[in-house]
Amino acid sequence: MKRRDFISKSLKAGIIAGSALSIGNYEKLFAYNSLLTQNDYHLAAVRGGEPDIMFDEAIKALGGMKNFVKKGQTVVVKPNIGWDVTPERAANTNPLLVNRIIKHCFEAGAKDVYVFDNTCDNWKLAYSNSGIEKAAKDAKAKVVSGATESYYHNVKIAQGKKLKEAKVHELILNCDVFINVPVLKHHSSADLTIAMKNLMGIVWDRGYWHRNDLHQCIADFTSFRKPDLNIVDAYNVMKRNGPRGVSKADVVNMKSVIVSPDIVAVDAAAAKLFSKEPETVAHIKIANDMKLGIMDLEKLNIYRKVI
Amino acid sequence: MKSFTLRKFRIVLSILFLILFAAVFLDIHHSLPSDVINYFVYLQFVPSIFKFFNTYTLLASGFIIVLLFVLLFGRVYCSSVCPIGTIQDISSNISKRISKGKYFNFSGEFKWLRYAVLLITILLIFAGNLILINLLDPYSNAGRIFAQLINPVLIAGNNFISSVLVSFNIYTVYPVDPKSYSYLLALFPAVFLVVILYLSYKRGRLYCNTICPVGTLLGLFAKLSLFKLKIEKTECEGCGVCETVCKAECINFNTKEIDESRCVSCFNCIDVCPSEVISYTNSWKDSNTSSEEKDSSKREFFSKTFLYVVGLTGISLSQIKVIPEKESTVPVHRKMNLSPPGSTSLDHYNSTCTACHLCITACPTKVLQPSFLEFGVFGILQPFMDFKTSFCNYDCVVCLDVCPTGAIKTLTPEKKKTVQIGKAIFVKENCIVETEKKACGACSEHCPTKAVDMVYYKDELKIPEVTEKYCVGCGACEFACPTFPYKAIYVEGNSIHKKAEKRKLEQIEFQFDPEEDFPF
Repeated sequence: MKRRDFISKSLKAGIIAGSALSIGNYEKLFAYNSLLTQNDYHLAAVRGGEPDIMFDEAIKALGGMKNFVKKGQTVVVKPNIGWDVTPERAANTNPLLVNRIIKHCFEAGAKDVYVFDNTCDNWKLAYSNSGIEKAAKDAKAKVVSGATESYYHNVKIAQGKKLKEAKVHELILNCDVFINVPVLKHHSSADLTIAMKNLMGIVWDRGYWHRNDLHQCIADFTSFRKPDLNIVDAYNVMKRNGPRGVSKADVVNMKSVIVSPDIVAVDAAAAKLFSKEPETVAHIKIANDMKLGIMDLEKLNIYRKVI
Repeated sequence: MKSFTLRKFRIVLSILFLILFAAVFLDIHHSLPSDVINYFVYLQFVPSIFKFFNTYTLLASGFIIVLLFVLLFGRVYCSSVCPIGTIQDISSNISKRISKGKYFNFSGEFKWLRYAVLLITILLIFAGNLILINLLDPYSNAGRIFAQLINPVLIAGNNFISSVLVSFNIYTVYPVDPKSYSYLLALFPAVFLVVILYLSYKRGRLYCNTICPVGTLLGLFAKLSLFKLKIEKTECEGCGVCETVCKAECINFNTKEIDESRCVSCFNCIDVCPSEVISYTNSWKDSNTSSEEKDSSKREFFSKTFLYVVGLTGISLSQIKVIPEKESTVPVHRKMNLSPPGSTSLDHYNSTCTACHLCITACPTKVLQPSFLEFGVFGILQPFMDFKTSFCNYDCVVCLDVCPTGAIKTLTPEKKKTVQIGKAIFVKENCIVETEKKACGACSEHCPTKAVDMVYYKDELKIPEVTEKYCVGCGACEFACPTFPYKAIYVEGNSIHKKAEKRKLEQIEFQFDPEEDFPF
């Protein structure tokens, strides 16, 4: 019981890390966490099924999508759609998973669900060949371009050490609920790309991050707007040559999904799944130290299920 | 008035061809498949000739069909297929409507100029120099007018509508990123457009019958054509109205002769003749060919063009502005610019590309941009791989498929992925990893073949390393490299394209084990 209180408080503290203010006043800022009871899970991990079925199971364990999406709210579902490659190459989020998440959002009463990414390859080719454009439209989501600078607006990152400001897509700034749907991959510059790294797809000038200590910038930006929910697609996992991959030979079928409102925890769990210790991935360690979330999975109440 | 006339048929046909042409060059959302684009430009004369002699395929036989039609019906290409022809007709028509009293008059032929331009153009083509054909070919000029002048306006309009809709939370109309735009290079089509609009406003098809090498060439064939326009001298009542509507200014009312080499078969004269004595009839019964005199060359036209080129300096490419913490220090200068994959070599490309800019409008990533001096003065306007603007999509073969001249030859996507148009060169002294001792790897991220990989450098830090044999020269690494003002990695062109090796990768062993515990 005491441990749980501690976790709950730490999560809240993460929002205002570095400040000496009392924690209690900020409860509302972390809506999900304040709703947690003793038996609630912080993180749900499911193995062995198809992406959509695994997600059904995981979100149920976290109390269903209604815990995150309220009636009439606007939702952004942000998958990784970085590359013009086919789904089996696992360079982009699994389309089936994206489709199912959107359906859950609408079932929970979402007014609108938007899907976009600031892609690396040509955005139209990446949207269509990843299968995500169709999967999202089939679920009645609105697919929006991330390749237009005018959609991005300058914001200050109060907690940033290296990254003090960034241009962020207006859908993120305007939405009620932000659901982050990365795919777990090897990454040549960031070691791994999971939930925090996926946020590079909601900003405009990524070159700045690369010039100015990439790992620190990834952690810095996480402090700006933490997603309300992080869903890591580890169904097919690119084990090397990431983030684009060279061929299907780089990919293994891990059949896993990890879901949590804590972006650092979800990255830590996914790193372990990748057989990498979270603290060896610099941005996960930095984010943990900045108290943006909890890297030590021992401290969390985790739902585990093999189907 | 007759309901169906040849003239009306010609007008409908012209508009139809212009619409097809516009559809191809104004397809800002890239919705037309490559083979449809091929059909739409199939009959374009100059690109078709180049393609035929580049690929030796019947698919490139459009110019033969044009020649057959010209041998049968006169210069129907000029009257209907040629987009510049139709644009000029629209200008002449406006002129006629505005100044009601304005009429055309017969004028003499600038024989020396016409044939000199044609001859020099052909000789230069055989010498592998396309400067003249590229500046004069009506199809390619029309391509540039649509690609560089109208296409950007359409994009701006699209983006305006898009932004208005977005303010109502409607994101259905996608904005189009023009990536880069060179006002300097847009001057070429702009000047050409102004010139032909002015000339046609004043003098109808003067350009076609004085400068245009295609017009001159087809004029020679038209002299032999089966069907020709003819005035029945004995029955003509001598009103002279035919001369006043002849936009080619080739009807000499005094002699009642029609200069068939300049007649573009527009059939205006038939429609206006009150006594219906102008007929379109079989001429092979009493054909006679006149001898042509060839004047010595006068290069006024293109010497002026060159002065114009030289007088202008610097390209104004809009680029993403970055504020670097530290500037890179080692200047990098590309020795050789790159031609797109499928063009086999710079020699082949530079001697067969007529700079119509169809590939520029079709390229989804906009890596193809018009060149200024990247390929030298003679290669001006030919598209080059501009890695400041974008990079070549690994799986894409659009430019190879749409190129109407065969300057970029068709390859299967798999074949295209093994073409090395250039190779990446790493400049360690400019690299963030070296200068800041911090992780970057943007180049390696974007590399589709992992020719640029990250290798251990100091402790946990990794630095890029290029394996040249895997590099295709797509420019993704150069585009993604965040250093400024000089890149830490850039692509040096191959003057003759080479073959890139494909990385052989063993499938990673992995068996899902449901019994296995979660690692956390």
